[in-house]
Amino acid sequence: MDLLQLTAVELSGKIKAGELTVVEAAEAVLEQIKKKDGIYRCYITVDEATVMKKAGEIQKKIDAGELTGPLAGTPVAVKDNMCTKGMLTTCASKMLGNFVPVYTAEAVLRLEEAGALVIGKTNMDEFAMGSTTETSAYGETKNPWDIRKVPGGSSGGSAAAVAARECFAALGSDTGGSIRQPASFCGVVGIKPTYGTVSRYGLIAYGSSLDQIGPIGKDVTDCAALLEAVASYDKKDSTSLKRQDTDFTSALVDDVKGMKIGIPREYFGDGIEAEVKEAVLNAAQVLEGKGAILEEFDLSLVEYAIPAYYTIAAAEASSNLERFDGIKYGYRTEDYEGLHQMYKKSRSEGFGAEVKRRIMLGSFVLSSGYYDAYYLKALKVKALIKKAFDDAFAKYDVILGPTAPTTAPVLGKSLAEPLKMYLGDIYTVSVNLAGLPGISLPCGKDSGGMPIGLHLIGDCFKEKNILRVAYAYERARGPFGEPEL
Amino acid sequence: MINMEKQYETVIGLEVHVELATKTKIFCGCSTAFGGAPNTHTCPVCTGMPGTLPILNKQVLEYAVAVGLAANCEITRYCKFDRKNYFYPDNPQNYQISQLYLPICRNGYVEIETEGGKKKVGIHEIHMEEDAGKLIHDEWGGCSLVDYNRSGVPLIEIVSEPDMRSAEEVIAYLEKLRMMIQYLGASDCKLQEGSMRADVNLSVREMGTEEFGTRTEMKNLNSFRAIARAIEGERERQIELLEAGDAIIQETRRWDDAKGESYAMRSKEDAQDYRYFPDPDLPPVVVEEGWLEEMQARQPEFREGKMERYKEEYDIPEYDIEIITASKCMADLFEETVKLCGQPKKVSNWLMVETLRLLKEKGMDAEDICFSPANLAKLIRLADEKVINSTVAKEVFEAMFDSDMDPEKYVEEKGLKTVSDEGALKKAIEEVIANNPKSVEDYRGGKEKAIGFLVGQTMKAMKGKADPGKVNEMLKGML
Amino acid sequence: MAKRLGRKEKKMANEISDEMIEYVGILAKLELSGEEKEQAKADMGKMLDYIDKLGELDTSDVEPMSHVFDMQNVFRDDVVTNGDMREDMLKNAPGEKDGMFIVPRTFE
Repeated sequence: MDLLQLTAVELSGKIKAGELTVVEAAEAVLEQIKKKDGIYRCYITVDEATVMKKAGEIQKKIDAGELTGPLAGTPVAVKDNMCTKGMLTTCASKMLGNFVPVYTAEAVLRLEEAGALVIGKTNMDEFAMGSTTETSAYGETKNPWDIRKVPGGSSGGSAAAVAARECFAALGSDTGGSIRQPASFCGVVGIKPTYGTVSRYGLIAYGSSLDQIGPIGKDVTDCAALLEAVASYDKKDSTSLKRQDTDFTSALVDDVKGMKIGIPREYFGDGIEAEVKEAVLNAAQVLEGKGAILEEFDLSLVEYAIPAYYTIAAAEASSNLERFDGIKYGYRTEDYEGLHQMYKKSRSEGFGAEVKRRIMLGSFVLSSGYYDAYYLKALKVKALIKKAFDDAFAKYDVILGPTAPTTAPVLGKSLAEPLKMYLGDIYTVSVNLAGLPGISLPCGKDSGGMPIGLHLIGDCFKEKNILRVAYAYERARGPFGEPEL
Repeated sequence: MINMEKQYETVIGLEVHVELATKTKIFCGCSTAFGGAPNTHTCPVCTGMPGTLPILNKQVLEYAVAVGLAANCEITRYCKFDRKNYFYPDNPQNYQISQLYLPICRNGYVEIETEGGKKKVGIHEIHMEEDAGKLIHDEWGGCSLVDYNRSGVPLIEIVSEPDMRSAEEVIAYLEKLRMMIQYLGASDCKLQEGSMRADVNLSVREMGTEEFGTRTEMKNLNSFRAIARAIEGERERQIELLEAGDAIIQETRRWDDAKGESYAMRSKEDAQDYRYFPDPDLPPVVVEEGWLEEMQARQPEFREGKMERYKEEYDIPEYDIEIITASKCMADLFEETVKLCGQPKKVSNWLMVETLRLLKEKGMDAEDICFSPANLAKLIRLADEKVINSTVAKEVFEAMFDSDMDPEKYVEEKGLKTVSDEGALKKAIEEVIANNPKSVEDYRGGKEKAIGFLVGQTMKAMKGKADPGKVNEMLKGML
Repeated sequence: MAKRLGRKEKKMANEISDEMIEYVGILAKLELSGEEKEQAKADMGKMLDYIDKLGELDTSDVEPMSHVFDMQNVFRDDVVTNGDMREDMLKNAPGEKDGMFIVPRTFE
């Protein structure tokens, strides 16, 4: 069996057992990147020399018994919006084309402490704004299942890298579905944890009240192990939560007997592809077969999630991205007269169209005379959406639905009609608004062979519920298979 | 010229920024110390590096609440931080973390003394925010340079109601605030150094009208004198406009104290639309009853309380009490020294005479006093026990004022002790008597005053290290 | 279930004027070309029409939710933890002089 086909946890097991070395694993991954990344463009930066040096160091620690965790020795990738000391961090933007952070994001530090080996930084939609990874200033990532298709976004590079076996697992970030949707499109597993579970320190902010870092992996076990490694209380992040229940791998139990699963009728209405609907409902049947109790119900306010989300995310983004002004770091225009022109030209040249679109929208909804009607209204609707989920979780352990209404679209079709692209986030954004955990895992393929994602949503702090259901489903489903690269 | 037919009233409200005396910045662990080389007190947080997040310094909140309590404010039990968005290079994130919607303190007042008696100036609100960095103009390079050492230093902004009517009232209000805040130890409130800054909102209206006129805001006022001049200048400018039938534009103006005029700080690139919204990176602050009570219990005794107590406890003149309590530093120094030596009158004398004289000579404030209560107490004891005479004591005090050295050691090392050896003194007196027959004659002839000259000569011979009383006594005996 | 307002209270389609785009450009410090401006007007108009859907919900007695969890009072102690990091802070600066960041002149 090809080493690259192992899961992260399997690989680490073999390394710890002395059957493989970290250097061999790293070499295999680098070789795969050399062979395949010209096609898929999952990475923006790969630092070979450092990787090989670190591989040796990690091996020594494993040999010395200092690293014993489930991820020790595993080559992983990190989305390029997480700061890595000494390693280029671009957010896939021309604006940060030369930005080398002087500190490392807390989540990445945690991953390294667990013995994982960071291979490089993955491609994404610029500043995480987009659903296709086409807004990257460094070229679009292609879907390993079909290179004519997008990998999803914004963590498209991370999801595609896992699918293309260019790493064993990856970190992504999810503001409105940016982990779960690309995981769905690329046939891999992705988790967006409860808001505050993973420190945001070092994550270059898009929508601060919605952003969460989470894992993307080949299976549920890898994701649980990764999440367990990166979840932590961090006193550098005021919104970080002190949780005692982050032993997520303990939830990997193949038993859903008696678990109550709610299926919102609103998730299967207009706009969903028939094949997606069928695959997701089949998955629900599988769970019912394993003893879960299914119930259809009405989840209110589904159609208000996207307008509320885009208002809040754009507003926060417009403020978060003000710091990119050509003074302290990043891109500064060549020719300018005076301060304000320097600002305007640097920002107009440094940011891409989608980023500018959202900054403009965000500045508008916060501006004098519009704040109440748009931004404040959206915060109120957010409260209502949260309440709707609270009501649902009073009855159900898990909410089940599709991750996205369609499988991966063809490259180059989405950006021309942004509003239509935004509508594809219908199932994922409300989870971010309400701070909930969600997981996407493959549950079938459409007639074109493209993966379909099953979306499981849990109540706040109930990652273990969705992990348990996902794990049980995965066991029943059997191997999903890999794309032919 | 101003048409004197119409009588105008000046309406003034103040926005006072006070830098709090915390050790670290409001949202990161960088030092707030003055005087570091540029950007040496900075970190990823206060330079706005991507991915960084703010964490609130608890002391900032406690100082803000303390000032609010002293200014009779309601403390907001559920308060939040908001982002104020505007682009300027001294502001590394291009938004300032401040408070708009739920400031920490609201609806207070302070009482000032005016010509017409006591007056309450309303406090609209007090909010917490971060200071900006410093811009330095580089003449040679034709550019500006940014130093973020001050970026993130905690500030409170005290916003008054438009309750003041003259420069005198404004200054009384500022002095009151300054004293109150110094008593709290929340800031040193130095206008020149920028740890207290006042923006003046001013409008004029015809006497007797209820409605406010259009106001302007004046910035860059860094002394009481500048504030008084700016108020006068702006009042005249506005009245002239009104008299000429022109409208006053609501705008921000910068006062140029050297030229004695203000000019508008307008630019089409400044939309003045700050797009405030709650900062998603900072959870709200909830001030619970118990905590508020704790903070209330920690409030110090303010000037009014001290004055009352001094009158009862210490037998010193009321004038002294007023001067000493006008500065928290001076009052602390007084009380601690009295505690050590038990002589309020003498301590007060040293403060009122020598200390004030030296402060004035050296152009210093009471806050700059460096000598310790322990050393002042020692000096008082040395003089009391006649180890040194009063002339030497003044000399020792001056040295102590400069460097806070131990007066006992100083006297010892410099050999300033009064000579108590009667033999040496007797010898000196004999010589003075022998060398000044004229004065001796005069004294014996009934000119009592002549003894003064002889005492002086003896002191000179003793190099000042004798007790003049004793010299006088011995001289009389020997003559 | 939240109350919904009648359709008649829904706003008309949003027309974004040239002045408005200009104004938002000043706020956001973005300079758009003529073509970009037209595109931005159309995009923003469409987005606002869509966001106006929120107006269907009666939220008059709803508290706006900026933080999803009821967290409060996260503080740090007033203790200096940072040393001199100047070199690091200036590392990425497009312009540096005398330990400071160079910016276009800000004084007249």
